[in-house]
Amino acid sequence: MMDYGKIMCRRVQDIQPSGIRKYFDMLQGMEGGISLGIGEPDFVTPWHIRDAGIYSLEKGFTKYTPNAGLSDLRQAIARYLERRFGLGYAPIGQILVTVGGSEGLDLTFRCLLEPGDEVIVPSPSFVCYGPLVSMLHSVPVMVETKAENDFRLTADELRAAITPRTKVLVLPFPNNPTGGVMGRADLEALAEVLRGTDIMVVTDEIYAELTYGQRHVSMAAIPDMYERTVVVNGFSKAYSMTGWRLGYVCGPKPLIAAMTKLHQYAIMSAPTTSQYAAIEALDHGDGDIEAMRDEYDGRRRFLVDGFRSLGLPCFEPLGAFYTFPCIKSTGLTSEQFCDRFLAEQRVAVIPGSAFGPGGEGYVRANYAASMHDLDEVLKRLERFLKSLH
Amino acid sequence: MKDLLQLLEDDSTLTHAQLAAMTGLTQDEVSEAVAGYERDRIILGYKTIVDWDRTHRESVTALIEVSVTPQRGEGFDRIAQRIYQYEEVESLYLMSGGAYDLTVIISGRTLKEVAHFVGEKLAPIEGVTGTATHFILKKYKEKHLIFPVQEAQEERFVFE
Repeated sequence: MMDYGKIMCRRVQDIQPSGIRKYFDMLQGMEGGISLGIGEPDFVTPWHIRDAGIYSLEKGFTKYTPNAGLSDLRQAIARYLERRFGLGYAPIGQILVTVGGSEGLDLTFRCLLEPGDEVIVPSPSFVCYGPLVSMLHSVPVMVETKAENDFRLTADELRAAITPRTKVLVLPFPNNPTGGVMGRADLEALAEVLRGTDIMVVTDEIYAELTYGQRHVSMAAIPDMYERTVVVNGFSKAYSMTGWRLGYVCGPKPLIAAMTKLHQYAIMSAPTTSQYAAIEALDHGDGDIEAMRDEYDGRRRFLVDGFRSLGLPCFEPLGAFYTFPCIKSTGLTSEQFCDRFLAEQRVAVIPGSAFGPGGEGYVRANYAASMHDLDEVLKRLERFLKSLH
Repeated sequence: MKDLLQLLEDDSTLTHAQLAAMTGLTQDEVSEAVAGYERDRIILGYKTIVDWDRTHRESVTALIEVSVTPQRGEGFDRIAQRIYQYEEVESLYLMSGGAYDLTVIISGRTLKEVAHFVGEKLAPIEGVTGTATHFILKKYKEKHLIFPVQEAQEERFVFE
């Protein structure tokens, strides 16, 4: 009998499974269940983008692409970043096309971190940073962001977390799960702390196109930060292309070269069909972004308003497609709330605690769902809250 | 952000309370604006898209190209008015292009009913010089709504 507990590496066994999973297991097969749990757009990829993928197949473009990605795609990414965020990256040498933003994050950490290095991660945030960092014998240092600061990372919080071992600061904004964003002034304040240090910023900008009211500002656009910043982005959220598994990472040439080396050994190249579709998305997809954002915006306002009128304080999320209402008034923990809401009202939302320290007392509900479902969720929530009294 | 009209055009079942939440207006402001749109005939009405093929009810729709002689001083409007007064006429458009002038869309229970309308009512109208009737065989999409059931992707669970 093989004892895989002894065979498999200790570090991977120490990683806890995501706290999100169990809600989907419970929801499965539940009649009339509604999920506001999945972090995924509810739109199908716009047709012209799908069509570009199909057309590339018709033409027989089924081989590997260059390791760093199609040259046309890297040029389209460079044009796009300049046009939308004022970022200047050279298509050759500064842009690497990856299998989703996730691969970009993994590669960045692999190419920067030595055992024992510390990575500052604002929390609550997307669940991947800690495990990816831990796998490299490095140490994720979670820094709680606070509701009273609109879930932004403040300069004081950053300063307090920095030690001589700090190597990387992760900036996950617009934020999953809070919907918090960092404006130019907020980033300036952080930059003031970082200037003159060797700390690298890894800015996860996968939700950059989904902001409401103000345009996203990238840390790489702040003076002196360009050379110490890696921008991770992708197509999943902006163009509803989650299943195409395509992202990219931009940064200083030596770092991108190192990442390309690893990428070519582990991945070879990102999916070819997806890359052709992505060129179409970047060159002709601005209108799709606006349309989807407008659609999300109405649902966002509706859901936030709904939570508030049911007496749950809800910070106004200005990015991504999540709301993060506070459920402390119910006397339940996040997990108790989510367990009971699902069991009693058949609605899946995710406990804030699943996204790290600072998430307890909140739940994440996404509004990438139909108005009909959102309306029904609020009705069930009203019943649920009444039943608690 | 979408404005009230865009939201209503997409989904007229949204309540004023929902619209208020979605736009940041008060419910009173929404009701007032909608009443204004209705009064000014910016909103003409509210209808439902029905796929009759999924019911037991028989229904045929035809698109009819109509050539007419425009009338002095009235252009096409007078003749159009005589056509759109018929209950059977679902839609009526004046077309560019010169091949014909008006597009009439009508629905009836049977082919015979539609043929009767064209032969007995439409063609005899003074000024109508010709008609060509095209029956719609299958509806795929109307007002951005797709008729065939779309296959759904396998349920999946991701840790996002």
